Amino acid sequence: MTIHVVVNGRPRDLEVVPHALLLDVLRDALDLKGAKRSCDTQVCGACTVLVDGLAVSACTYLAVEAAGRSVLTVEGLAEGDSLHPLQRAFVETGAVQCGFCTSGMLLTARAMLAENTKPTRDDVLHYLRGSLCRCTGYRKIVDAVLAAAEAAR
Amino acid sequence: MLRPFTLHRPETAEEACALLAGLGEDAAVYAGGTELLLLMKLGLLRPRHLVDVKRVRGFGEIGLAPEHGARLRLGAAVTHRAVEQSVLIKARCPLVSSVARHVANVRVRNVGTVGGNLAFADPHSDLATLFLTLDATVELVSPRGRRELPLGEFVRGPWETSRAPDEVLGSVALTPWPADTAAAYVKFGAHERPTLAVATALRLDGLAGAGGGVGGRIVDARVAVGCVGPTPIRVAQAEARLRGAALADLEDVARAASESAAGGVDPADDLYGSADYKREMVAVFVRRALRIAAARARGAEPAARFPYAVVA
Repeated sequence: MTIHVVVNGRPRDLEVVPHALLLDVLRDALDLKGAKRSCDTQVCGACTVLVDGLAVSACTYLAVEAAGRSVLTVEGLAEGDSLHPLQRAFVETGAVQCGFCTSGMLLTARAMLAENTKPTRDDVLHYLRGSLCRCTGYRKIVDAVLAAAEAAR
Repeated sequence: MLRPFTLHRPETAEEACALLAGLGEDAAVYAGGTELLLLMKLGLLRPRHLVDVKRVRGFGEIGLAPEHGARLRLGAAVTHRAVEQSVLIKARCPLVSSVARHVANVRVRNVGTVGGNLAFADPHSDLATLFLTLDATVELVSPRGRRELPLGEFVRGPWETSRAPDEVLGSVALTPWPADTAAAYVKFGAHERPTLAVATALRLDGLAGAGGGVGGRIVDARVAVGCVGPTPIRVAQAEARLRGAALADLEDVARAASESAAGGVDPADDLYGSADYKREMVAVFVRRALRIAAARARGAEPAARFPYAVVA
C-alpha cells in the first residue's frame, strides 16, 4: 500500500507492505541510518524517532502507522549546516562517546523539551528512562540536555 | 522482521467482532503493538490477520460511565500517555495518573494501550495490579452482545484471559476511591516490567487537611500484589487486618497485614528469585506501601525512596 508521510520535513509517498517496520523503511528504503536496531524490544531507545512529535521505538512500530504523519529522525534535527541546540550541547558537554545511543537520546530529549521547557534533572532522568547508553555516559548526557534547555530560554 | 499479514481497520466494535469471528485463530487483536509485535518478531505468534482496534469508535475515549454512577471508563485503545495526561483521571483517580507516568518508558507509553496491557495479561502489569484496588470491570464485546466482568475474573492466568476468540475488549471501568482515601503504589524492578508491585488504599474517617483533622481510623482498605504470582491479586486477609485499625497503630497493623499478604500470594521459583524470597519481599513492600499511604493520610509526602523502586 502507498502511504503519504512527511520525513524530516520532506513529503513522501512510500510503497510499503503492512508488515514493514518503520525502522526498516527508514534505514533501507530511505537510507536514513541514524536510528539503530539494537534490543529490538523497546527497551534500549537506539531506534527512537519522533512521530508527530512523540518518541516511538521504530523497531516495534508498523510503517503504515506513520501514514499521514510527520516523522523526524536525527538526520532532520540540524537546520542545514547549523546543528540543533541539543546537538551542539551534546558536542560541547562531551555527551557523545561511542555514539550508538546518541540519535535516540537527542530525539527523546527533543520530545521532552517540546513538552517541558524548564526540566529539572529528575525530569530529564525520568524522560530518558529506557534510553540506554552502554558507555554509561549518562551524567554528561543529562548535563547536555539541561544545558540545551537553559540555552533555549 | 515480521511475517506477512493482512491489516484490518474496523471502525465499530461490531465490525471488529465480526472479523474476529470470521477469521478465528488466524487473527490477532492489534492496538499499540508493544506486546503483540514483540511476540510476532520472535515467531511465538504468527497471525495472518491483524485487527486494528484503534479506529473503533469510543475505544480511544476517557470518560465517565453514566450507567455506573461516578465510575471512570477508559477505552481499550487509550494509550498510557493519554491516561497520564488526562485531567479527568487526575481529578478522579490521581494514583492512576501517577502510575501511568511510570509504565515502562516514554516510547511504550506513547503507543501502548490500556486494553492491550490488560488483555496481554502479563503477570508483571502495573495497571492490572493497581486497577484491582479500584474494583475494575472490563467490557467485552462480541457478536452475541456485551458483557461486563470483574478484572480479577478476566485475567485468568499468566498471559491468559477469559476473552473468547470472537470477543474484543472494549473498555475498563474504575470505581474511584472516596475523597478521604490515601493510597500508594510501590514497585520494584530494574527494567520495563516491574518485578514486584504493591497497590494499597486506606479509607479513613477523615483526612488531614480535609477539615476533619487527622483521621483516626481505617474504615476500609485495599491491598493488591502483582508480579509475584500467576496473576495480580487482592489480598483479602491483609485488607481485613487493616479494617477498623487506628492510624496511630499503623506500624503494628502494617506488620500483621504484610505477613498476611506474604502468606496470601502464590509465588514460584524463577529467575527473579525463589518463592521464599518473593514472599519476604512482598511483606517488605506491603509495609512500605502502607507506611507511605499512612503518611499521605497525615498530609505528608514521605521522602523515603528505595533502590530500583518507584513510588507512585
